[in-house]
Amino acid sequence: MSELNKAMVNKYRNDFLKEVEANVEEGDWVKMCMQCGVCSGSCPFGPYWEHPPQEIFMMIRAGKRDDVLKSESMWMCTSCYNCIVRCPRELPITHIMHGLANYAHRLGIAPKMNPTRRFAKLFWKNITKGGRVNELKLSIGLYFMDGFSNGIKKGLEMLPVGLGMVKTGRLNPFALLGGGKCKGAGDIHKMLKKAQEIENRRKGFAS
Amino acid sequence: MAKKEYSFYPGCSSERKASASNYMVSVESMCKTLDIKLNEIPDWNCCGASIGYAEGGELPRHAMNARNIALSEKHNPGQDIVATCAACWLGAKETHERLSASERLLADTREVLKEAGLDMDYKGQVEIRHMVEVLIEDFGYDQLAKPVVKPLEGIKIAGYVGCQTNRPFGVAGESFENPKYLDKLTEIMGAEPVEKYDQKVTCCGGALAFSEPDKSQAQIKKIIESAYDFGAEMIVTPCPVCQMNVEVYQDQINKKYGTKFRIPVTYYSQLMAVAYGSNAKEAGLDGNIIRAARLEEIAAKPAKK
Repeated sequence: MSELNKAMVNKYRNDFLKEVEANVEEGDWVKMCMQCGVCSGSCPFGPYWEHPPQEIFMMIRAGKRDDVLKSESMWMCTSCYNCIVRCPRELPITHIMHGLANYAHRLGIAPKMNPTRRFAKLFWKNITKGGRVNELKLSIGLYFMDGFSNGIKKGLEMLPVGLGMVKTGRLNPFALLGGGKCKGAGDIHKMLKKAQEIENRRKGFAS
Repeated sequence: MAKKEYSFYPGCSSERKASASNYMVSVESMCKTLDIKLNEIPDWNCCGASIGYAEGGELPRHAMNARNIALSEKHNPGQDIVATCAACWLGAKETHERLSASERLLADTREVLKEAGLDMDYKGQVEIRHMVEVLIEDFGYDQLAKPVVKPLEGIKIAGYVGCQTNRPFGVAGESFENPKYLDKLTEIMGAEPVEKYDQKVTCCGGALAFSEPDKSQAQIKKIIESAYDFGAEMIVTPCPVCQMNVEVYQDQINKKYGTKFRIPVTYYSQLMAVAYGSNAKEAGLDGNIIRAARLEEIAAKPAKK
């Protein structure tokens, strides 16, 4: 168990709802859920969620900390915002799901091999390096996530798609050498460091 | 028509040789006709997109968008920020709303911006808008119809609005379940919108097309199948991610499901550029992997007087 996770378990004991309210983006909305299930029924990936949003809300209130935070569920969110616009209580469900995923990830207890968690890590690294997306490096990084031979296999599978993009001028084969850079990349790095510091302080994550 | 000016946030996919570079080309042509001046925010950065939350968290994500807003305030003061990409629009608008609603978040963000020698001032009435809002609200359908010189006669088009141009913010006066603006734009360009297209707001999987390809392609299959069912020969969308996901995986879907999909997926701005008299290149049609042959034919014809 990570140190941060241990600290949070000790701090909140059995009050998982309180922990979510304090640490998860938009977490103080969780208690407003009235269990109608519209969110779960509206989700495009609904059938793939181990616990759909409505269930997650009840599990949080029932103190099922591990079952929620270690779940693959929130990582199924495509950010389509269907649940948000349909929720009769207007809970910002998409953001709460993002917040739960991010919190579990920071505690180090999110499912290690979940492909969306791994892609999201890769994506953030990609965009924060130069300030903009480098699409070629992002795709190649994704294919080679599971080692070299898998990368080649995946790369070959995706080759027709990639070639189509290159031919139509929508992918730069030379972007491996650079691209995706802002002049202010250094400024962005400084800003993000500061933002992380403040957020850690605000959420009691600071060591 | 008087010239209209906006602060412009093009976003990563609109860069040269990026996945939506042809969207940008067509937007430029469309704006030329409508006499819209887009003042690019100098050195803008990525919005964090819909997948940035996981590693980025809350404040770092808002910091990325706040930098763009601050740069816009500095270089293009008083101008509304206009985005062409759904995710850019959503990311920037969400940050704008959160900062306006929380003094603490605003104070934290200003502290972060200081690291880059920037600051922001929230007294202004600047809004974060999608290009389609500019078209509908600042011009209106009647105005937009006026410059049409090559009506897109006889093309049946399914208007695929998707998610993030539609939810959670959407376009004023439109419903989340059945927004009509894309159909109206299609119609005033002279084409025939598929009114009953029932997958117009279905999710294509978004960023999860990369990480969960099978689940996403099942969504994309529904989106395309419905377009065919209602007799569409083309799909049109306002979103770069929708465009790419629905276009580039058709071969993989065909292999997996034994379907025979081959339907062009275009941007609203490409329809407008062609209808306004642009040639195929100016409308970015050379950027479509599945060529929009009907549009190319019209683009090659002389304009109607």
